[in-house]
Amino acid sequence: MNRRIDWTAHIVLILGVALFVLPVWLVFAGATQDPGAIDRGELSLLPNLHGFGVFADVLGNGVAGATPVWRMLAVSFGMALAIAVGKIAISLLSAYAVTFFRFPLRMVCFWTIFITLMLPVEVRIIPTYAVMAGFGLINSFTGLTVPLIASATATLLFRQVFLAIPDELVEAARMDGAGPWRFFRDILLPVSAANVAALFVILFVYGWNQYLWPLLVATDPRLDTIVIGIVKMIGTDSAVPWNKVMATSVLALLPPIAVVLLMQRWFVKGLTEGDK
Amino acid sequence: MERRTIFRGWLLPVAFVLPQLLLTFFFFLWPAGQAIYASMTRQDAFGIRTQFVGAENFTDLFSDPLYLDSIRRTVVFSASVAVLSMAVALLLAVFADREIRGRGLYRTLLIWPYAIAPAIAAVLWVLLLHPQIGWIGHGLRALGIHWDYKLDGAQAMLAVILASAWKQVSYNFIFFLAGLQSIPRAVIEAARMDGARGWRRFRTITFPLLAPTTFFLIVVNVVYAAFDTFGTIRALTRGGPGKATETLVYKVYVDGVENQNLGSSSAQSVVLMLAVILLTAIQFRYMGRKTER
Repeated sequence: MNRRIDWTAHIVLILGVALFVLPVWLVFAGATQDPGAIDRGELSLLPNLHGFGVFADVLGNGVAGATPVWRMLAVSFGMALAIAVGKIAISLLSAYAVTFFRFPLRMVCFWTIFITLMLPVEVRIIPTYAVMAGFGLINSFTGLTVPLIASATATLLFRQVFLAIPDELVEAARMDGAGPWRFFRDILLPVSAANVAALFVILFVYGWNQYLWPLLVATDPRLDTIVIGIVKMIGTDSAVPWNKVMATSVLALLPPIAVVLLMQRWFVKGLTEGDK
Repeated sequence: MERRTIFRGWLLPVAFVLPQLLLTFFFFLWPAGQAIYASMTRQDAFGIRTQFVGAENFTDLFSDPLYLDSIRRTVVFSASVAVLSMAVALLLAVFADREIRGRGLYRTLLIWPYAIAPAIAAVLWVLLLHPQIGWIGHGLRALGIHWDYKLDGAQAMLAVILASAWKQVSYNFIFFLAGLQSIPRAVIEAARMDGARGWRRFRTITFPLLAPTTFFLIVVNVVYAAFDTFGTIRALTRGGPGKATETLVYKVYVDGVENQNLGSSSAQSVVLMLAVILLTAIQFRYMGRKTER
């Protein structure tokens, strides 16, 4: 229909892309530069081809006195995975229970879960810490992950999905004499597979990007996540090894970006169709 | 909803909701209750005796100029972040919605920043804005501008707004694009036939039809700016210089964790809880098409 090239659109979009790619590129190029040059403010747009060793260096050794980056990446990865899988599992189960069963206090359960939407960790910092200390979960991987696994959003989402299943399908399963477990496995899981995939991306990124919670419950450097680790690196007032900070930043960005890009199709659909 | 009940027995469903309920109780309800209780008590200087003081922590809070400053600061900060990131996202979404070559690639290149952690976004901006090593910071100084966000409060605020808004553009872009794509082409075509062009078509047809998306995003962005930017602020400015970037959430952390003032910190937590409840209620009141009950 329109044969002319839409220059305005291309220019705006290229500028938009540059707004995000350029800072990351600068940091990537900066990581490979000589630390002295960085300190003098002589950052080059081009990476120094002899400087890529810095990535292996921070991965293996980290910054002086800090945990090696590979270890922090592993903690972050474990945390993100545990939170994503855990949230999806217990939300599927609880949504199944409140949708397809009738049991005493069913709606009370539903509303109790719903209320947690209104209690983000940021508003209950101190008392949650006290509870964690009471359970002896400070400085443990369990403490890092389990409290973040409860999720109203995922439960609500799965409930919507389950409610949208056509009556005929439910009826047919009932006629076939499907028990609770078979019904869950053969009907509910396949129907919600796309939502599970989308939610996995959202929750993996959520888990990877946590900052306040790990800061509170894990003071042991061996439990430092990559996000905690980087902020620590730039927090020291003395000479900051900027090239290593830049290299670590790039490494910290790669895993969640890879998950988003690889699962982009499900992710975008799931994000905009779910409530949040 | 009732017709959905297809299985009998209560033991199995209770077992299914139990994990979620236990986590909810121990890590959400119990701490929230503790916060409400602690907000009405006060400890002596040594933390030995605790005294019930009723609403005193709250009246103290709202007569404390530092707290009122922090509220004002949080409002300015949240509004700036929401407006800035939504405006940029809308502009990009409108052009990415056009039928142009390579739009799939443009979309992908604008979606990936969703994955950037708030704290990492802040680190990237430190590396850009740092007066000594940062490209922008160094450049501004070369132009003769006295740029040092670690010393200048207004510049510090600008830095945290930029980093926070930058990180959120991609999220808003995804929603605006989905909103634009859900507008029937026929409506746009009809407007084109009537001679409405470019900016006028956008202002009179497209933007009003995007209203539900815009409203949803305003709530989400305000919640994000107010509650999810702790890491951004900590990495960039640590609330400083002075208290120039100390938002309400940051202040809860400083008063509770660093200064160990349990009563005041808990009272602040309760105020924030009420704010979240209000925002969630607004969101469900106007957006609650999906959860009717």
